[in-house]
Order: sequence, then structure tokens, then C-alpha cells
Amino acid sequence: MLASILASGLAAGAIYALVGVTYNTMFSTSRVMSFTAGQLAMLGGVLGSMFTLKMGMPIIVGFVLTLAACAIVGVITEFVAVRPVLKSLDQHLYVLSTLALALMIQQIAAIKWGTEPQPFPRVIGLGSGVWEEKFWLPVIACAVTIVALEYLYRRTLVGRAFVAIAEDNFAARALGLPERNLRVASYALAGVIGGIAGFSGGQLLLAFFANGALLNFYGFVPVALGGLGNNRGAIFGGLALGLFQQAANFLVGGIFSSVAVFTLFIVVLLAAPQGLFGGSSARRV
Amino acid sequence: MTAVTATSAQGESGAWRTALPHIAPFLGILALALLLPFVSNDYWALIGTRMAIYWVLVAGLNLVVGFAGHLAIGYVALLTLGAYTTSVLVAGNVTPALPVFLALPIAGCVGALFGVIVGLPALRLRTFYFAMSTLGFATIVTQIALAWQSVTGGGIGIAGPEFPAPFDTPWGFYALCVAFAVVATWMSANVARSRFGRALIAVRDAEVAAEATGISKPRMLIAIFLFAGALAAIAGGLFATLQTYITPDAFTFDLSVLFFIAILIGGRGSILGPMLGTIILTILPEIAAPLAAWSTFLYAVLLLVIVLVMPGGIAALLDFRNRRPLASNRAIVPRPAVLADIVRRRTGGKHLELRGIALSFGNVKAIDGLDLDVTPGQIHGLIGPNGSGKTTTLNVISGYYAAKAGAMTLGEDVLPPGQPALRAACGIARTFQTPRVIGEASVLENVMIGGSVEGRATFVEAMLSAPRNREDERMLAAKARALLGVVGLETLAEVRADRLQHSELRFIEIARALMLDPDFLLLDEPAAGLSNDEIERLASLIKAISARGTGVLLVEHHADLIFDICHQVTVLNLGRTLAAGTPAEIRVHKEVVSAYLGG
Repeated sequence: MLASILASGLAAGAIYALVGVTYNTMFSTSRVMSFTAGQLAMLGGVLGSMFTLKMGMPIIVGFVLTLAACAIVGVITEFVAVRPVLKSLDQHLYVLSTLALALMIQQIAAIKWGTEPQPFPRVIGLGSGVWEEKFWLPVIACAVTIVALEYLYRRTLVGRAFVAIAEDNFAARALGLPERNLRVASYALAGVIGGIAGFSGGQLLLAFFANGALLNFYGFVPVALGGLGNNRGAIFGGLALGLFQQAANFLVGGIFSSVAVFTLFIVVLLAAPQGLFGGSSARRV
Repeated sequence: MTAVTATSAQGESGAWRTALPHIAPFLGILALALLLPFVSNDYWALIGTRMAIYWVLVAGLNLVVGFAGHLAIGYVALLTLGAYTTSVLVAGNVTPALPVFLALPIAGCVGALFGVIVGLPALRLRTFYFAMSTLGFATIVTQIALAWQSVTGGGIGIAGPEFPAPFDTPWGFYALCVAFAVVATWMSANVARSRFGRALIAVRDAEVAAEATGISKPRMLIAIFLFAGALAAIAGGLFATLQTYITPDAFTFDLSVLFFIAILIGGRGSILGPMLGTIILTILPEIAAPLAAWSTFLYAVLLLVIVLVMPGGIAALLDFRNRRPLASNRAIVPRPAVLADIVRRRTGGKHLELRGIALSFGNVKAIDGLDLDVTPGQIHGLIGPNGSGKTTTLNVISGYYAAKAGAMTLGEDVLPPGQPALRAACGIARTFQTPRVIGEASVLENVMIGGSVEGRATFVEAMLSAPRNREDERMLAAKARALLGVVGLETLAEVRADRLQHSELRFIEIARALMLDPDFLLLDEPAAGLSNDEIERLASLIKAISARGTGVLLVEHHADLIFDICHQVTVLNLGRTLAAGTPAEIRVHKEVVSAYLGG
């Protein structure tokens, strides 16, 4: 049983962590938490299944097309739901605009794809039991994504520009960084990460339109645990959440695992509002 | 005695006359609702009932979303909770079967409890967290309803409660739901128009200023979460009856979206707007039947359009009064003499003393061992270069910062560090360097906010519009009007505050601070941005305020104003006292002249 808990917990956790990183990637350049994060992961599953199973494309082609489509959705998010409301960030209008866009994406998926969960193909076809592909694939995807992101942020100019904007938007603009283009790029990047989360988790979560709302919440919990914009926190938070949830699932049953997660969420928010790894809050007066 | 009765009766009829334009649209909608049975069939009874039930929920949710500004996007969860609680209690598969009129209030209590639990993150955190916690709650409630088969029937479902005669026919049940809707409207309107409703908007739009007037955000929010949760759960019980049989599928997230968007279409801080929004959104899919599958998509498009194009919603469209142009040549003419009739004179009174106060931000010593005495009835000037710690001193006194060292005493009592919301009760009021007023509220309401701690009615009394609440309202409105007269803005009382000029906002802040009858008034650069005439009027106003026994602490850069009206002056430099004394002494103080005044 321990092996099952570990396998399914790490797999689910890796997906949550990736959705958390998706939130953070959008947040870092725009200070906006977008409800489209979970929907991007949902699209990763749905589009992946559509390209490979329905249209019969090779896995690799389907994968690339899925990521491209998710990147486009990310860019659309920036243009439609983020850019127009950035001027009045303090009014939190982005919550509404991104929610509206997320609902549109979900509804289109529900109507065009159907409201029943549909199967996702095996990507490589290695392993069985607790070593089945659906368990290790998300973990590998998560690890690869993290390494790639670290490389991007530390070793490339564009990545450093992202970090600069996340650190201090005004100063970065004063230095002449093309803030707007970098923001669009970060939303495309977020789309890709969300797409990876959905594609790698496709076999575990199936291609299901309602995954969007679910992942919106389960992907946000690690962000709340780790502190906004903190990728390391999101990874640890995501894996911990996955293990916690699956342990609760196996030990006390399905009903209480979701209750346990929700309780954990509320308790952590009350005890450590800035997240376990987060910084201090801004001055108010 | 007769005279008193006569005036109060007159006041009542006057109140009715001013309230009538506000009430008339609601009476119109009610009249239409009552006409419905005579002009239509059972199908419309169903739609009308659904509308009324939705409104019961939205009426409560409106206070959370529209007034307090917290984006609760998953309220369908509380509807679900109420529906299942009522159905299970009536069906009796856990407890002995209960009559539905007992089950419904119990469901209300359960809903109120969960309304608070879901709302807890909102007490401390930013908007997005609350949106998420309601979304998360909505997700798990459906999962529980599906999985807990022994109680909820799982995917098979459970029969909704049946109401006894005469409510067991479509129109009978319709009448019951309309009655619930009327009561819900009445209660939420009472809350909205009481000091609690104003405080909610204050916390939403000017949280820092709200704290300075003594409004406790957690208490306010918990009260409305209880209220909204109870209404949502009761709506759920009625909804279960309307459905006759409930499964988790009946409570899709689409419903949440409908409730939420109805409020946003209606407009923030309005009750009529969301009511119209609910009616429109309920009817819309019925009229456009082929579009039913796309209804959520349409709601979402509507939401996006509203956010981007028309943030004010229907309420802003209906707000004709605030489209009339204001006179452009208006002047602020305070009448300080009137102050004597409003603010009670204080004698003796307590001193406000700061001893050895120190505070640093990181390695920067903002204040470094400051001593300061503010005497009742005197004006104490606090001057110094930028960054010398003047505003920080005010923030320490009013509790936004807790000093790292030193003591503050008010008379015999120690003034606890931090806790800005408790300062109003100690008789300390303040204004802000950039005026913090509620743009969407009227000038009068903005000033009334200042008297929030003086209200005696409880939340329940306000909800039921008990006599004590009406007395509070009359007292606060009369005092606010009188104070607007004192600062010279009474002609603008009904205007939305965001239409005013900067200098007028400064005087509104002073009027708001005076609502407290403060023992001590802290003014943070009140003359900044004022014309010379206005500064003169401000000077006479401040003098009149201190003459009533209030101790004034005045932070200012206009040296003329300081030397003109202050009894005592303290000069700060780099967080330390550079000099202290009478204006005459300071004016010739060598270091002050070289460090600050120049010359």
C-alpha cells in the first residue's frame, strides 16, 4: 500500500506542482493570479488525446501541437484578460477577467469535446504496477521542467530578464527591458508548462473538461503553501499535497481526502498567510 | 412632549418621502411578481419560483461580493449544503424525520457556520485566496455528496422536502418563495443601509481609513458571512423542493457563475442592480432556448464585457443623480463657529505622551528616541525635512506601526502599540497624507463612517431595522450633516465622493475625523494642495477645533501655517528631536533655521 501511496501521490503531486509553477510563471511578470492555469492543464490532456487518439497523429507530433496550442491560449490570456486590467491592479479585476476566460475555455471544451472523461494514450509504454507509466511520467515531466526553468532563469539572457521583471518591475523598465513583450512571452511559457502538466498527467486524470476547475484549486494550494511566485515552494508544496491527499485517500477514504486537503488549505492560510516559504507583506500606510 | 412626538412624526414622514424613490422600484417588481399568477401558466410559476429562490441566495451573497468586495465564486456549495441538509433532515435517514419548517432553519444555521469557515481566509488574505477557497469548497461539497451514499444517496440522489398545504401547489410554493425573497431583500437592504453596510464598503475601498475609525474588519466580515451563508442554505432547502429530487448533478458550477455574475451585472454596492441581474439571467436561457447549452459561455462573455467595458454595472446606468454636473466655481467656506453646537467641550482631559519611541525599518532608523506631549486644547506642530519621521510618528500613535521601544500613554493609561482599530475608542482620530475616502459612497456617507464606533445597535438590530438602529442612523446623519456645514461642504452631501476636488476631500477627512468628538486629532499635511484662501480657512477651522478642548497634532510643511496657529512646535530631523518649544523660539533656533527653514 505504501508503494501505491507513494506512486500515485508523487504523480498527482507532480501535476499539482506543475500547475502551481504555471500560476507562478504568469504571476512573476504581471502580479496576476490567473484562473486559466488549471484550464491550461486541462487543455493539455484534452488536446493531447484529441490529436493523438482522435486524429491519430504520432505522439511526438501531438505533444508539440498541444504545447503550441496551450502557448497560444496563454498569449490570448495575456491579451484578453490581463493587459486591459493591469492599470487597476489594486481593484482585483483580473480575478474576474481571468475567471471569465477560464469559464469560456472550459465551456468550449465541454461542448466540443464532450462532458465524459475520455482515455489518453500511452506515451512510451514502459513499466507496470506502481511503476506504470501514468505514475512516473508526471514526475519525470516535472523534474525536466524544473531543470529547464532553472537553466532558463540562471543561464539565459531572456530568463534573467524575467527574473529582473519579477523582482522589480519599475527598475527593469527603467533599464529598458521590453516589459510588455517579456510578459507575453511569460504567458506563452506558462501555457507550455500547463500543457506539459496536462499531457504528462493525461493517463492519470484522463481527458476530462472538468479537470480545469479541479486543477485550478489543487494547483493553487501548493502556491498558497509555498508563497506566491516561489517556484521551489510550489514544487515542495505540490508533492507534499499529492502525498498527503493520496495517503488520506488510501487510509480514510475518498470523501475525507478532499476534506483533508481543504482543511489543510484553510489552516495553512490562517497560520501562515504568506505561505510557508513566502516573504513579508507590503507596507500599507 | 407633544412637540417631541410631532417632530419625530414629521421626521418619519420626511424619511419616507426621501426613501420612496429608493423603494419604488422594489415595490414595482413585487407588484409584477404578485401579478404573475393571474397572467400565466404553471411553467412560469416554475421560473418565477426559481427566480425568487436564486434571489434569496443572491441577496446575501450581494453583501459579500457587492458590498464587502470579496469574490465568492463558489457559493453553489452552500446552496448544495442547504439542499442536502434540509432533504436529509426531512427524509429522516440520519435523525428522526423533522417537519420541513424546522429543517429549514437548521439548514440555515449549518449554512451560516460553513459560510464563516469558507470565508476565514478572507479575513487575512487578498481577494484571490477567498475566490479559491470558495472554489475549493464547491469542489469538495459535490464530491462528498457523491461519495457519502448512506446519507445523500450518492449519484442516485434523494427526494427533496415537501411543504404542507397550502404550499404544495406550484403557485402556493411560488407565494412562499416570494415571501422568503421579500424578507431577504428587506433584511439585506437594512444591513446595506445601516452603519454596517457603510463599514463594509469602507473596508473594501479604504481599509486603512476604516481601521482608523474603529471598524473591525474580521467582525464585520464574520457577520455577513453568517448572514449570507444562512440565506444561501435556506435558498438551498427551497431549491430542493423545487427540484423535487436532487442529485449532485443538479448543482453545477454554472449556478455559482450565475449568482456571481448577476451581482456584477447589477453593480457593486447596489441591491436593485443585482436583483435585476438575477431576474435577467434566470429568464435569459428560457427566452433563448437554443442557446441553453451555451448559457455558461454567454455568462462568461457577459462577465468579461462588464469587467472591461462597464465596471459599474446596471446600478451605474441607473444612477442618474450623479450625472448632473456640479457647480464649477464652488468654494469651501467653513463655519467654525457652528462647531460649538456639535462637538462637546472638553475640560482638563488627558495628555497624550510619547517617551523614547523608536522604530526602524530594516537598518533605517525612522524614529530614534522621540519624546512628544500633546496637550488638550492646544495645537502641536510637527515639522521637519522629508524622511524625518513625521508621518511615521503619526502612524505609531494611530497604531499602524508598533514601536520597537518606548512608551505611549494617554492620561493614566498605556496606549497599546499596534491595534489601529482600537484608537477610535480611545478618542484619537486622524486624517491621511493622501485623502482616503470611499469614492463610490456619497460625501455624507463618507463622513458618517467616522462615527461608526458611536452606533449602539447590533448587527441583528440593524438587520431587522430595530428602533435602536434607526435612532443610530438619525443621530449619525444629523451629526454628519452638521459637520459638513462646519467644514463648508453641506451642499455636496449627496454627491459621490470621487467627483470632488482634492481640497474638498481634505475637508471631508476632517469632518469624518470630527464625527468621533476626538480628544486628539492627528492631521497629516492637511494644507497640502490647498490654495492660500483655503489654507487660511483651514487655519481658523483647526483653531476652532482646538478651542473646543481637542488636542491637535499637526504635521505640515507650510511653515507659515505652523507658526501662525501652533502653541508648541517640535522639529524632527533623522528621527530625532532637533528642537522643541514655542513658535517664537523655533523661528530663531539656529540649527532649525539651517537644517530646515533656510534663510
